[in-house]
Amino acid sequence: MGLSRIQKRFEKLKSENCAGLITFTTAGDPDYDTSLALLKGLPSAGADIIELGMPFSDPMADGPAIQEASIRALKNKMTLKKTLNMVESFREEDDDTPIILMGYYNPIYIYGVERFLHDALKAGIDGLIIVDLPPEEDSELAIPAKAVDMAMIHLATPTTDQNRLGQILENGSGFLYYVTIAGITGAAKPDLAPVKQALDNFRKITQLPMAVGFGIKSAEDAARFAKFADAVVVGSAIVDVIKSNINQENVANSVLESRVLSFVGELANGVKNARK
Amino acid sequence: MSENKINSYRTGPDEDGHFGIFGGRYVAETLMPLILEVEKTYNHAKHDPAFKQEFHELLKEFVGRPNPLYFARRMTEHLKGAKIYFKREELNHTGAHKINNCIGQILLARRMGKTRIIAETGAGQHGVATATVCALFGMPCVIYMGAKDIERQKPNVFRMKLLGAEVVPVTSGSESLKDSMNEALRDWVTNVEDTFYIIGTAAGPHPYPELVRDFQCVIGDEAREQILEKEGRLPDSLVACVGGGSNAIGLFHPFLDDDVDMYAVEAAGLGIDTDKHAASLSGGAPGVLHGNRTYLLMDDDGQILEAHSISAGLDYPGIGPEHSHLHDIGRVKYVPIDDNEALEAFQLCTKLEGIIPALESAHAIAYVMKLAPTLPKNHIIVMGLSGRGDKDIFTVASALGEDI
Ligand SMILES: Cc1ncc(COP(=O)(O)O)c(C=O)c1O
Repeated sequence: MGLSRIQKRFEKLKSENCAGLITFTTAGDPDYDTSLALLKGLPSAGADIIELGMPFSDPMADGPAIQEASIRALKNKMTLKKTLNMVESFREEDDDTPIILMGYYNPIYIYGVERFLHDALKAGIDGLIIVDLPPEEDSELAIPAKAVDMAMIHLATPTTDQNRLGQILENGSGFLYYVTIAGITGAAKPDLAPVKQALDNFRKITQLPMAVGFGIKSAEDAARFAKFADAVVVGSAIVDVIKSNINQENVANSVLESRVLSFVGELANGVKNARK
Repeated sequence: MSENKINSYRTGPDEDGHFGIFGGRYVAETLMPLILEVEKTYNHAKHDPAFKQEFHELLKEFVGRPNPLYFARRMTEHLKGAKIYFKREELNHTGAHKINNCIGQILLARRMGKTRIIAETGAGQHGVATATVCALFGMPCVIYMGAKDIERQKPNVFRMKLLGAEVVPVTSGSESLKDSMNEALRDWVTNVEDTFYIIGTAAGPHPYPELVRDFQCVIGDEAREQILEKEGRLPDSLVACVGGGSNAIGLFHPFLDDDVDMYAVEAAGLGIDTDKHAASLSGGAPGVLHGNRTYLLMDDDGQILEAHSISAGLDYPGIGPEHSHLHDIGRVKYVPIDDNEALEAFQLCTKLEGIIPALESAHAIAYVMKLAPTLPKNHIIVMGLSGRGDKDIFTVASALGEDI
């Protein structure tokens, strides 16, 4: 499916005149089984698109919450191969919810780009967000991904000017991910007005749907952005709920799953009702 | 600063920052415009005579250059082989080669109108050098340093504080150099408007490997002039230690197109057949980290491994991209030296030459101890003595079982 599953989802959201909720969790956090159970529960809890973090030892663009999630997953021997397996299990039950892998390039480079694209599409992955691949490095992954209809979601940030946007759009697909602040994940609350301004500017140049993320932590925040963005991404705040429901050995308690999913439900409510 | 010859090893990187397949710009989009601005500023600066003049003036008046190319007579006699010269970077102000690069980069920062400086440090030498140039230019400065390194390089931590720097302990990951670099990058994306990142070695995203190399080439340029003066000819071999590779590339680069053998010494920690070393070329594979493609220590899943070396400045699981290229094309030979060999060399150099070397530099000395005896007396070795060892006396004492 790849790109087309993402496009279909945005068409549906558009026809309902509401923004989508994109949730972020790290694959294998705190362990494989809990992580898979969460993944399976996300669509009915209200996630429209799922971003799944590929754990990496050196998450340079992430704040403490997602750094720690990566470390927890790696401690439990998570690998890229297992992340693909996890999505494959998810796809046995859900054929509509787009799944996007987010992370850093090195594990993919080591897996082998061609082989990775093949295995990821087969597992049911639709798109990729690779934080350390700016458009200058499109030949590494964005161009090979384009050839097989894997969506390559590019990031635009407050430091992106109009010239760069053209370059970003050239091989980007699926949607444009606007990073609301110059900073790392889990950072301070972004201001609304400059984000809206940026999206308005970008819309003059591209038809791609626009998601906003970084620093959005509550249903109220999410709702404010959902008024004008096509989708809202929440990551660190969800990962924080995971963290507060594990013990010192990173073992999940019995309510972790329901706590996380009910928080996702709240977020979804905020997003869905934002334009009403 | 490199010449445009067709068959030259000195023409890299290409315009996208590649040395062969290595290098590049693997950074977050937020940083990309800033990196491009650094590149543009540097490309102007390197052709600006006023920039060069100020750089060399500061190297002379503030750093104390040129430093000597010193004939290590007793070491030569002891090893009974090649004639050994030390390029005395340890005599620079702040005690290592790191200051050369810091002078260059703070001039760039000022040229870009940046008002705040950040840096990562392992041994603390780059942190001290950065804090020093920040004091000189009156700029606030934040140094990221692994908690483990803060513990083993206490004198340098205190120096940085005296110089007015804020030293931030990094407790993520392995608490050493690679994690400090992650943390510095996190700071940088958060403070793109006013902040300049002074990277301490010839690694990171383009144009850093190039500009750090160019600023460090003063080592090789001087050594070349000095050896011609003393011996009337070029050396036969060069030896230097490599962490990220800045002192080595600075010494080697001006000689790359000459008939000179080059040996870069990697830290083999407890041995390259153990999992406790920092020899990314001898024991790693190409990967992508910290903005560049280069040789890295990692597992089958592409997760970066912790490096190990008794010397904090070599304790990094990667290496600058130009070294990866020079390795692949066979121009430079990369050789391992383990903790024990370095400790032995540290003591020998101290006793024979009256020079306490940095543990990093002791790795180069240890290789010279292996190489020199195999070579004839008319063979000339120039070794980069990258830093002085005052900062290491606690580490060495504890390794030798002494209480100080
Ligand atoms: C004295 C000394 N030599 C060498 C190094 C290694 O760095 P590089 O390989 O960039 O020269 C360091 C790093 O801290 C150092 O302090």
